[in-house]
Amino acid sequence: MRAFVTAVYLFLYAPIALVVLLSFNAGRNASDFTGFSVEWYGKALSNTFLIQALQNSLMVAFISAGLAAIYGTMAAMGLERLGKRGRMLFDGLLAAAIVVPGVVIGIATLVALVQLFALLNPIVTALWPSDNPPQFGFGYGSIIAAHGLFSMALVTMIVRARIATLGRDIVEASADLYATPFNTFRLVVLPQILPAILSGFLLAFTFSFDDFIIAFFVAGSKTTLPIYIFASIRRGVTPEINAIATLVLTASLLLILLSRFLMRDRPRPAPSE
Amino acid sequence: MAMTLATRKRLVTALLVGPSAAWLSIFLVLPFIAILVFSVGERAPEGGYQAAFTFAQFMNLPARATAFWNTMLLAPVGAILCLLVAYPTAYYLAIRAPTRFRMLLVSLVVVPFWTSLLVRTYAWIFILGARGLPNLLALIGLPDVRLLNTPGAVLLGIVYGYLPLMIMPIYVSLEKLDRRLLEASADLGASPVRSFFNITLPLSLPGVATGVALVTILLLGEYLIPQLLGGGKVFFIGNALVDLFLQSRNWPYGSAIAVTLVSVVVLIITLAMRLAWRFAGTRQVDLV
Repeated sequence: MRAFVTAVYLFLYAPIALVVLLSFNAGRNASDFTGFSVEWYGKALSNTFLIQALQNSLMVAFISAGLAAIYGTMAAMGLERLGKRGRMLFDGLLAAAIVVPGVVIGIATLVALVQLFALLNPIVTALWPSDNPPQFGFGYGSIIAAHGLFSMALVTMIVRARIATLGRDIVEASADLYATPFNTFRLVVLPQILPAILSGFLLAFTFSFDDFIIAFFVAGSKTTLPIYIFASIRRGVTPEINAIATLVLTASLLLILLSRFLMRDRPRPAPSE
Repeated sequence: MAMTLATRKRLVTALLVGPSAAWLSIFLVLPFIAILVFSVGERAPEGGYQAAFTFAQFMNLPARATAFWNTMLLAPVGAILCLLVAYPTAYYLAIRAPTRFRMLLVSLVVVPFWTSLLVRTYAWIFILGARGLPNLLALIGLPDVRLLNTPGAVLLGIVYGYLPLMIMPIYVSLEKLDRRLLEASADLGASPVRSFFNITLPLSLPGVATGVALVTILLLGEYLIPQLLGGGKVFFIGNALVDLFLQSRNWPYGSAIAVTLVSVVVLIITLAMRLAWRFAGTRQVDLV
């Protein structure tokens, strides 16, 4: 049994290790290791298209995860105040946002936004006082919105699970001691759910940073890092991609470890007085 | 302005839930209505969509039957293969692993799932490509073995990509298992094998159902794994959808396929919840 489990871990990590190893390859060929070098990291980091794609990905991931963390937390707090039917409807939509395949989210958002833009843009043009009115189009905004959908559902579920573990008693105690609802939230509830919010934010960030299929449909002319890597793989595998892949893996690894660190169950310190 | 307490409470609730409700409406409900409308429309001559009310798109679904059957065959088979690897692993983690290392080992399973599927799948292009494993197999006297761009490669990619997602729910259900039941069973003279089949396995079935349902659902919409490891020879519904929307621009037909795909997903979830209900008396299917 232990041998089997060891083999499973090897299976999970050997391919990742291989990519990391090959990224330090001196040779031009991506799959024959000829010597150690960091040359390809230099090449990757001086590639302006790549850097642009990386910046786009970081920005989209940061904004979509940030918005998701705020709105998701608000939703998690507000849901328990909703009536039974409202809550069931909301629950259904959240579950749908998580389980509907990314490819369907991508095309459905594409189709809906094309129609919406076709409807809105003439109105904007008619109302705009001067020439060159701004027009809606695909780009950062549409990627952020589409990623934010999944992320918001994710944050809501994580934060809600955390809220469920909090007793009503501390909130009531706070109210009995004449704290305003806002102060109760700020001083009592928020500190307790903050790790869950941060963890949700990091998972949402990782999701957005790694997503290929949704962005592929709604990115318009913008390129995110996964779209860039996908296009590069189609052109042919080079050690440069290995270097990028290693950087992506390292970044995701750090984020997920941070997230798990925040979510771990720690014994609460005993009150000092 | 005087405001009653009830009005104020309702206002706060609306402010809290409002933004996410708007988000869900504009970027989930509206898009879904859009593809529903498109799916009964016609393809415009220059590509895209033209208003109509026809079920021609749905009648034409068999034209993409290969993608459909590939998905309907390889997704469940992939999920079952995943299960065969995942169950013993989850069992070891929950029951056999030394307590000191348990959390570390569990983390090591979860971490790959949250790292880029694109990069992880890409790694297999090397391993299965002509210079990888086939090269080694040639050395031991098996020349001309093709691994990349076969259904086997796609299945391998599936097991690799979704193993963590299968292990987690099974691990959770095994970890909750009351050990006293196993002790009682042993005291009453049951062999370990019998205890496993009469106690451990039935009690872990909700986890198994969750894992199989989750992995199957995600696989039904898979694009990257068949694209990278199937090389256009083994393609899924996801690949057909990308082709229809971005290359041949037949949006109504693509929408009809997408609507069908979502219906299948809903059907599977309903079945999984029924099963969970039947075995564990709970409809709870843990997602995260």
